[in-house]
Amino acid sequence: MRVSLVYERIREEEAQLMRAVERLGHELSLVHLNSDKYFTLDRGAMRSDVALIRAISQTNALLSSEMIEHMGVRCVNPSTVLRVCNNKLTTSMRLSEVGIPTPRTAVAFSPEGALRAARSIGFPVVLKPINGSWGRLVSLARDEEELRAIVEHREAIGSPYYRVHYIQEYVRKPGRDIRAYGTEEKFITAIYRISDHWITNTARGGKAEPVKPSSELEELVVRTCEALGGGFLGVDVAEDEGRGLLVMEANATTEFKNAARVTGVDIAGEIVRYALGS
Amino acid sequence: MEAICPVCGSPIRLPEDVIPGELLDCSSCNAVLEVFEEGGSYALREAQGILEDWGE
Ligand SMILES: [Zn+2]
Repeated sequence: MRVSLVYERIREEEAQLMRAVERLGHELSLVHLNSDKYFTLDRGAMRSDVALIRAISQTNALLSSEMIEHMGVRCVNPSTVLRVCNNKLTTSMRLSEVGIPTPRTAVAFSPEGALRAARSIGFPVVLKPINGSWGRLVSLARDEEELRAIVEHREAIGSPYYRVHYIQEYVRKPGRDIRAYGTEEKFITAIYRISDHWITNTARGGKAEPVKPSSELEELVVRTCEALGGGFLGVDVAEDEGRGLLVMEANATTEFKNAARVTGVDIAGEIVRYALGS
Repeated sequence: MEAICPVCGSPIRLPEDVIPGELLDCSSCNAVLEVFEEGGSYALREAQGILEDWGE
């Protein structure tokens, strides 16, 4: 089979995916979006069985996957799944539709609405950009004064997206959260991300340790992947002291080098096998 | 294979197995450079810093 790797940078993850494609006996084709490539709207212009979408830019990942699908090549993850995962509000709605536990969430389109939403959820609350990544501009408001300052700042940024105030209850997690990997078919592996900071993201310097998964976690990850449209996803799960496991979000162009290192699971190989349906 | 550092103009020897999207350091000026393909050969540009929509 012929596998295209659609990417911008060769990070550790992309290098592992390249090795996995060749190790599993498939032909690798590199589609470097930052080279002098261009896409036309002609169907059949790309000769490949599947394209692994690995652009770091969420915009480029989504648009390239849409074009490649238009040319008749299946993408992993599919553009529909990238679109859902790129948007925290859409993600929340999909999870809510099928009853997957998530933090209490409210959305307001005005500063006044944001304040009422936060009061109804109860302080502290977390404000997130609906299309943010790597935990950027995720803010904690401990009281009304902090909330007003954060909202005022967002309204001043100028992008209409920052005037949509996505507000969540602050999950009291035990100094760690879970990053799990899976598909709509199976759970793959999971790590704890341990950090003293309330944003536990290994991109922000958290420490990683393997998780011994409960069947509850395994089932939650598979249901989440299914609810978001079916794909190979990195699912962020928090352990709430009162409510148990809560799904925070899912990542469709997921990083995995820390998880592969601490668990010993060949996540790149799992992605390639999943993409080729084997 | 050789390419020119776009920052300081020094020639840079590219590794045999170089691939587009790799980052290289210029040993003369320490600039971080991105390899890309142009007209069937490899060229270098200064690597971009993190952009607003980067990340998972
Ligand atoms: Zn130089």
